[in-house]
Amino acid sequence: MNINDGMGRLLGMAAGKSPWGGSKGGNTGDGPPNGGGTGDRPPSEPADGGSSADKPSQDKPAGDKPKGPRNPWLPPAEEPRRSASIEDIFRNRGPEGPRRTGGGGPGFRLPDAPGGRSWFPYAVAGIAAIWLALSMVHQVGPKEEGIVTTFGKYSRTLTPGLNLTLPWPIQNVDIEQVSEFRVEQIPDGSAQKLMLTGDQNLVDLSYIVRWSIKDLKQFRFQLDEPQQTVRDVAEAAMRASVAQKDLNDVLSGSGRAAIEQNVTTRMQAILDAYRSGIAIQGVQIRKTDPPTEVEEAFKDVSAAQQDADAEINKAEAFAQQVLARAQGDAASFDKIYAEYRLAPEVTRQRLYYETMERVLRQNDKTIIEAPGVTPYLPLPEVQKRARPAEAQ
Amino acid sequence: MQALWETHKTSLIAVGIAIVALLSSLVVVPESEQAVIIQAGRPDRVANRYVPDRPYGETGAGIVFRVPFYERVERIDKRVLSVDMEPQTVLSTDQLRLNVDAYARYRIIDPVTMVETAGTLAGVETQLAQILSSVVRQELGRRSFASLLAAERGTTMANIRTKLDAEARKYGAQVIDVRIARADLPDGTPLESAFNRMRTARAQEAATLRAQGQRNAQIIRAEAEAEAAKIYAAAYGKDPEFYDFYRAMQSYDTTFAPDSKSASTIILSPDNEYLRQFRGQR
Repeated sequence: MNINDGMGRLLGMAAGKSPWGGSKGGNTGDGPPNGGGTGDRPPSEPADGGSSADKPSQDKPAGDKPKGPRNPWLPPAEEPRRSASIEDIFRNRGPEGPRRTGGGGPGFRLPDAPGGRSWFPYAVAGIAAIWLALSMVHQVGPKEEGIVTTFGKYSRTLTPGLNLTLPWPIQNVDIEQVSEFRVEQIPDGSAQKLMLTGDQNLVDLSYIVRWSIKDLKQFRFQLDEPQQTVRDVAEAAMRASVAQKDLNDVLSGSGRAAIEQNVTTRMQAILDAYRSGIAIQGVQIRKTDPPTEVEEAFKDVSAAQQDADAEINKAEAFAQQVLARAQGDAASFDKIYAEYRLAPEVTRQRLYYETMERVLRQNDKTIIEAPGVTPYLPLPEVQKRARPAEAQ
Repeated sequence: MQALWETHKTSLIAVGIAIVALLSSLVVVPESEQAVIIQAGRPDRVANRYVPDRPYGETGAGIVFRVPFYERVERIDKRVLSVDMEPQTVLSTDQLRLNVDAYARYRIIDPVTMVETAGTLAGVETQLAQILSSVVRQELGRRSFASLLAAERGTTMANIRTKLDAEARKYGAQVIDVRIARADLPDGTPLESAFNRMRTARAQEAATLRAQGQRNAQIIRAEAEAEAAKIYAAAYGKDPEFYDFYRAMQSYDTTFAPDSKSASTIILSPDNEYLRQFRGQR
């Protein structure tokens, strides 16, 4: 973009007298001075890693140092730079992007400031003040910590509350949630994730890992990919723990608790060895299922257990019946026997006659008187005779 | 203002040039990076080199000076980096296959060597991944399937790490840790046969459970009957002769009951005990 052209027009409209006549002394013209984006380096410099655009803006500290002959106004060291930013703001305002000055929209021409000077220095000062406020005052929330780096070097850790630091190009603040637990769910989806147990069976296992940051410095500066590291370490630890257990242990509640404990300690040990600054708060196994391919067989085992229980229940019921019956029989015999002991002969006769009465009253009776006659008993006849009798 | 500019034109321009020069000779090295300063293609010195156990804030991070145009700065990650190898099949000594996925964690401890050998981190990573997979295959292929699963228990992982570390040193890297992330049965026959084994094991368990249920039920029944016999014996044993009579009476009642299956016809001989009085004999 042609800075000079834009500036010239702008200033020409705003005020006749411009303190920044033509050329802009310290402006290297490499991007906006603040705002944190990566500024393109001038082609004269070899790219050295493309760090954040803190190079161009270092004219601020540089400007603080009294350089050259008596320089009574410090702001000019950066005011030309402001001018570039102001102009950017004007030009990139509005939906149509860079403004064409020919349009001359309303509000574009500012009234003169008191004293007949332009608004320009005030605008610059205002923006500078906002920038200082934003990059010097940092609100750290109750669950957060902040890391202050001075030109990339670690200085201190901010605690919750309002904190003051030097402005942005000098000191940078990186605020991060620390005490809030983060949750990793492994595996991500609902897909089956089979693991091998110690007895070479497979189990479908999913679990979650809860972790937090215990040392923000290490977390920030030690690990390339913290979250991925947690996941990798979790997988390795879980696989190793499950491989030490038999399938039945993995499926049972107590075995699961042991694995959770085991994985937690393993993970913490590994992550501490990496000096990761991560604290593992807990591992929870959400499910341990047999693979879907063999689910039927596992269900049949439960069914078999149910069958066996049912069988035993039936036997128990039968046993209760038999015993109750025996006890009842024995008790009634005891009662009769007690009577019998009191008068054996009589009781016996009474019981005999009572029984015979009951028996014979309800059945056909044939009494054969004649001795010496061999009776011929047409039994079917007898029955025929009995039936009409019943019918009547 | 205009006048000011006119009077100090030279000094202002000088200040501007000084600032540009200063800026291009300063490099900011954050805590997470080491910087190798290369003089005309030859590594000269290292800023913020990795030193174990040095607290942050006392490292060499921060502003580093360099001579513009003559010195170039190569930034190299100082953090723990990861190498993930491609999953591969390992054949155990007992001829079983296992798909193994391993990863290593490493860091660059000698940036100069790294810049001279591999050049970039991506180059180091490619080299390490290849070495890792061959070392893993070598080490794990010497073990039985069962001990493959529990590789952490023995010296296997330590061996792998030592070997990989020895290779990594050539690239100025130090291997911190090697882990087996996953160990799976390959799809197809190995997986299917494992499933089959699981199925048959469960079928056996189910059959055993059912048989045990039957057995226990039988035992319960038999015990109940024995218990009942004991009760009967205790009661009836007091007077077997009376029991015989009493039980006979009960039996007649049951046998000749009107609701019994067949109607009975009873033929009494006159000298039946029941008809003794009937004949009027004394």
